[in-house]
Amino acid sequence: MEPLLQLRGVNKSFGVVHVLHDVDFAVYPGQVTALVGDNGAGKSTLVKIIAGIYGRDSGDYLFDGKQVEVHGPRDVAALGVEVVYQDLALCDNLDIVENMFLGREETTRFGLDEVSMETRARETLASLSVRTVKSVRQSVASLSGGQRQTVAIAKAVLWNSKVVLLDEPTAALGVAQTRQVLDLVRRLADRGLGVVLISHNMGDVLEVADRITALYLGRVAADVSSKDVTHGQIVELITAGRSGDLGIAENPATATV
Amino acid sequence: MTVDPDTQSTPAAPVASGFDNDNRQAGSIGESARDYVNRLRGGDMGSLPAILGLVVLIVIFASLNDRFLTTYNMANLVVQASAIMVLAMGIVFVLLLGEIDLSAGVAGGACATITALMLIDYDWTWWLATLAGVAFGMVVGLAIGALVSFLGIPSFVVTLAFFLGLQAVPLKLIGSGGSLRYNDPVLRGLSIKNVPVTAGWIAAVVIVLAFAALSLWRYRSLSAKGLVHPPIGLVAIRIAVLAAIVLGLTALLSANRAPNPNLFEISGIPWAAPVVIALLLFWTFILTKTRFGRHLYAVGGNAEAARRAGINVRRVRIMAFVICTGMAALAGLLSASYTGKVSPGSGGGNVLLYAVAAAVIGGTSLFGGRGRAIDAVIGGLVIATISNGLGLLNQAAYINFVVTGGVLLLAASVDAISRRRRSSAGV
Repeated sequence: MEPLLQLRGVNKSFGVVHVLHDVDFAVYPGQVTALVGDNGAGKSTLVKIIAGIYGRDSGDYLFDGKQVEVHGPRDVAALGVEVVYQDLALCDNLDIVENMFLGREETTRFGLDEVSMETRARETLASLSVRTVKSVRQSVASLSGGQRQTVAIAKAVLWNSKVVLLDEPTAALGVAQTRQVLDLVRRLADRGLGVVLISHNMGDVLEVADRITALYLGRVAADVSSKDVTHGQIVELITAGRSGDLGIAENPATATV
Repeated sequence: MTVDPDTQSTPAAPVASGFDNDNRQAGSIGESARDYVNRLRGGDMGSLPAILGLVVLIVIFASLNDRFLTTYNMANLVVQASAIMVLAMGIVFVLLLGEIDLSAGVAGGACATITALMLIDYDWTWWLATLAGVAFGMVVGLAIGALVSFLGIPSFVVTLAFFLGLQAVPLKLIGSGGSLRYNDPVLRGLSIKNVPVTAGWIAAVVIVLAFAALSLWRYRSLSAKGLVHPPIGLVAIRIAVLAAIVLGLTALLSANRAPNPNLFEISGIPWAAPVVIALLLFWTFILTKTRFGRHLYAVGGNAEAARRAGINVRRVRIMAFVICTGMAALAGLLSASYTGKVSPGSGGGNVLLYAVAAAVIGGTSLFGGRGRAIDAVIGGLVIATISNGLGLLNQAAYINFVVTGGVLLLAASVDAISRRRRSSAGV
């Protein structure tokens, strides 16, 4: 199967700190790809490079098999790649509709087209079976963590995107809300989207992911089907970079000394 | 972005199935009133403190001095307030981003100096001279905005530097102790001439009718498409209140207010008022109906979220400073028009603090993300009432400073407290 989005040999440094070493990463349509790794393994950096927030020092960015030039979040959004961030990136002082259309407001000749935006926002929320939101004109500050997460995901879905990246979508949620978000993640993939799930929760990862990419100290330790690995193996890949015949041959931390 | 044709033709009813509690309208006036009280409790005070303050101030000053409520003084108050309102409207744009512009007052003075020089030394027509002043202001705003957004210097420091530096402009151009007369018939006329009474009435009626038609049209289109809309009763109340204010003020200002009515007549709305109203309508449209306005609120609410949404945060920030200083130039011209001269001290003193206080009293937050153009008008009225009333009472200048400082502090406290309540209530 041809990957929807692919990064090849990506390197990234911040000053003297080499954060990503020759990272290969692929997202396939209709699949949930989990991106796992310990704190500081480079997950967030990789996500920000995909999102166009950071540039990359070297390496290729491919979309639909073709190499693309990415210079900022707008270029990435134009490709159909949406990122739902851990800190949600919603504006508290705006309402749900305003947040969902932020940066891509629809206009008529007389200014903002509130009618069309509100209608589309409501349809999208309805299609995701959002039940707890009182009104689409509610300010985002008044929403609970799960509701905010749903709005953030709905914002990504609204744009008929092809790839959605979810950064720790269940980190701050309770049991029922986590369930809803995971169902939502699976539903996105079943619609044919390429979904990337960044998570620390191995239970969540094994439940919804089709593929797992493990990062260890800025390198890809493994890129495997989730059926082929156990909970314990993933933990080893995350913490040591290798597990049996999987993973990096030598521990890079000791190898470079 | 195109809309799927299906979604436009289908009424909202089938869509509603996905929402269990989807609330599209506050059912009755009673419910909207309860909503409003809840918002107030949650710390979303809007302009209410300013309106209450205005009532209290008017009662106090009217009881202390019988000249305060005369139509002559009311017209004077409108003209006095106009410069503060226009400057405050500019300040609202930087406050929306959580920034501050300490140099706006003296920038206005510098711009007025340039306009006056163009009028006197180069015989330019009034609008060219005005353009020159405003252009100078916008260039200053561009410089401030660029320093703030590219170098990342706090706006407080950048504008403090400009506050000091810009005072040199009138001092150099006019010379210490001098002043420039400012008697262009049009520009000076903004303060001392009035709109003909008939024209004033026609304009007032047109404004009321246009507001009513727009509100009703909006109500109809929103309710027809099944979108969130206020109850019809509330729409009617809004129209009635606006009509009462506009027509009431027009009636007040259309009466002959000359101190000696038998000798000569002074009547009609001062020209400064239509200038303020036009600016108010224009900026309200920009803030609420355009993408740029939406982006201003977004950057003020969460700059990082705005950046990730693809908004050019730097451009928005620079634009806010350009608008602020451009409006400061207009305020400088209005204030010069009121005094009839430009001197090296124009725009200094408490001018800027008056404007910041006006914006904050009106309901604009110092923390960014909240504010409207109308806040500047309501708050400006409060501040002008204080300075006008104290002036009538012949108080020493120090009282004026103490009262203004106190009012600014009070407004900032209300803002800070309501912000804390908002974050705990999540409104």
